[in-house]
Amino acid sequence: MTPARITFRDTQARLRALLPAISLVAVLVPILVMQPAVMSYFGSSLLLNLAVPIVLATLAQLAIITVNDLDLSIGPFVSLVACIGATLLVKEPWLGALALVACVLAYAAVGALIELRQIPSIVVTLGLSFVWSGLAIVLLPSPGGASPGWLGTAMSYQTPFIAAPIVWSVLIAIAGHILLMRTSAGVRIRGAGGNPRAMRRFGWSLVRSKATLYGIAGVFGVLSGLSLLGLTTSADANLALRYTLLSIAAVILGGGEFVGGRVSVIGAVLGAITLTLAASFLAFLNISADWQVGMQGAILIVVLSLRVLLQRGERQ
Amino acid sequence: MGATINTEDERTLIRFEGVGKTFGRVRALADIDFAFTRGECVGIAGHNGAGKSTLMAVLAGVYAPTQGRIEVDGQSAPHYDANAARKAGVRCVFQELSLCANLTVAENMTIVHPKLRGRGWRRTATALMRDKLEEIFPGNGLKGNELVSDLTLTQQQMVEIARGFTVTDAPVRLVILDEPTSSLDAHTADQLLAFVRRAAESGITCLLITHMLGEIERVANRVMVMRDGGIVGVLPGNEANRASIIQAMGQHLEAEKTPAAARIRNAQSDDKPFRWNVGGRKHTLIEASRGEIVGFAGLAGQGQTEALLAIYEAATSHGAGRMKAAFVAGDRGRDGVFPVWSIAQNLDLRWLLGGAKRKRGLVDRAAARALVEAWRTKIGIRGAPMGAGILSLSGGNQQKVLFARALSSDAQLILMDDPTRGVDVGTKRDIYRLVHDEAAKGRTFIWYTTENEELSHCDRTYVFRSSAVTRVLHADECTEEALLAASFEEQAA
Repeated sequence: MTPARITFRDTQARLRALLPAISLVAVLVPILVMQPAVMSYFGSSLLLNLAVPIVLATLAQLAIITVNDLDLSIGPFVSLVACIGATLLVKEPWLGALALVACVLAYAAVGALIELRQIPSIVVTLGLSFVWSGLAIVLLPSPGGASPGWLGTAMSYQTPFIAAPIVWSVLIAIAGHILLMRTSAGVRIRGAGGNPRAMRRFGWSLVRSKATLYGIAGVFGVLSGLSLLGLTTSADANLALRYTLLSIAAVILGGGEFVGGRVSVIGAVLGAITLTLAASFLAFLNISADWQVGMQGAILIVVLSLRVLLQRGERQ
Repeated sequence: MGATINTEDERTLIRFEGVGKTFGRVRALADIDFAFTRGECVGIAGHNGAGKSTLMAVLAGVYAPTQGRIEVDGQSAPHYDANAARKAGVRCVFQELSLCANLTVAENMTIVHPKLRGRGWRRTATALMRDKLEEIFPGNGLKGNELVSDLTLTQQQMVEIARGFTVTDAPVRLVILDEPTSSLDAHTADQLLAFVRRAAESGITCLLITHMLGEIERVANRVMVMRDGGIVGVLPGNEANRASIIQAMGQHLEAEKTPAAARIRNAQSDDKPFRWNVGGRKHTLIEASRGEIVGFAGLAGQGQTEALLAIYEAATSHGAGRMKAAFVAGDRGRDGVFPVWSIAQNLDLRWLLGGAKRKRGLVDRAAARALVEAWRTKIGIRGAPMGAGILSLSGGNQQKVLFARALSSDAQLILMDDPTRGVDVGTKRDIYRLVHDEAAKGRTFIWYTTENEELSHCDRTYVFRSSAVTRVLHADECTEEALLAASFEEQAA
């Protein structure tokens, strides 16, 4: 290997790591050119308002993708949490809190079950998505309910200088990054996604790793549902169904891979924001909302193609 | 070394007494008695499947032995698992690397060292890893923050080896190196062997499993020779050389050998033989004529399977040399059976592709049934009705179905990729008989096997080493010694 080759490889790797940030800039710059007001405190707050629940749902999905699984139930789960928040949590706060804790524990139990019985996660979570939806409809047959007062206050809290959604996203990204990427426990948990056989061979429990990660996913799902409820102030059993695919897209956009435990928390948060902005991007262009989903898909395809090209460059 | 029994006892680190391990009905280890003493370097040699890796997995606490007992420091250790092994100071450098590709070099340290936690763990891990890398492989240039997936295979193996020698809480007292030089280049392999000598002198017991007998000759104090799951000889270091190790490995010559002369080939040599160029730069020429049984031998993973696949590709692609070929997979679970299909569906699959006549464009079900029934009696598939799922059969019977699949077709060339792996003796005999019968009818067999006895059924044997043929042995020259010598031929590089 000549030094020139190493630098080339390094540049490619760095470029790949920067891809989520580059795609965010690529969406952000045209928006700023068209609507400079977006830069303002109020503008950015308005534009990114809905980013916080998406960011949280994305991190829930990321926890699951870390161990090479996929969660197809996160959207219905977030909806269910919002419904619990809009009904039980208002009427009987203790019962509501208990229900939310039970949700998290159920997630952890599902993780343990998937590892113990070696069932494909896609099958289990697909089945669970109907369970969550059904429970949500039982709790709240028609859209309505109310957000608990404290939740609304928290979500409309005005941070100084920089709009609240940006501050929240940054805080979530940093906390997640430290927990999963920097601590030794987080590293071991990611190891379970990278080489499960080696982990088992050195005496680590994969069941524990999976249960932990699914539990973390449950926690982030609950946070996502509550923050969504705080923003919308009422709930609906179908409120967040699109979060399932959106969260997967955001993780992949942020540099995550379906197998091998390669994920990036910061990248995933950037990916979630990029996808949120992409929806507004077309709105600014006066193109109907019908095209927005397609647009998000197009962004995803472009970014993933770029990544494949970069990886191919590295390998050669 | 002239040590008395008493001091020998004191120097014993781990003792195996009658240790055995079975997987289902397959006996991987039987009656192992061995004492690993402090500060020695034990070389372990043996053919593929001799039980070396299983023995090491037991020592590393990955598998619990099914019989026998393990003693650590003179104390019986009834619950000897991965954690107990770590506490006893046993580390293992696995042949298929046990690094997590998604983590950095330093992060991979956390997997073997539970003590690496809390503030500053990353700095500690990086320092430990870099020091050890520098000690074993001076001038390696690794920084510790590289992702393992970005490293070359050589660098990954270096990291895996260095990690085995790092110390946090439990001391390192015994390190198992399973084929450590398989992806190292000559220079780094040299550095490693020198380090192994130094480590042994400083009191760390090193176990070196390798097919490179020259390496064992260089560093080992004692050489353990394994065969068929047992220890067949322990040679002192000064007596161990390539010739004596090979001799010890081959001392159990198979009694039941089909005399080469007894097999009469139909004189079909007037046909032009088939020729294929395989291997690296298509340099290796493989020849076979009609009705011949050609063997592929050598250590596992020396390019035999790749050569078979290349021949299959050449035989099935358009152009000259196209002929009807069928493939019998050795790794049944991965390449052979369709697990949710019935035995009959698994059997007549290749026949549907070539040999079957269609009835009004559809499968002729009556003919398929007749074919399956004929092969069931011919090859003796026992244990389940033909309509039952393939997995209801035992492994040996599944393998018979795969044979029947290939033989019931119109294929003239049958390629076999170690087809008797994990198959019992009775089934093996049935398979050998079938191969001979079919060869007599003019079918050509190319047979890769890791069991040297089976090569006595072959008319000619190509011995592979590093994806190239080192020797071609004719039936009368195909002795155990010749095979071993050719398998272990090391390039003069």
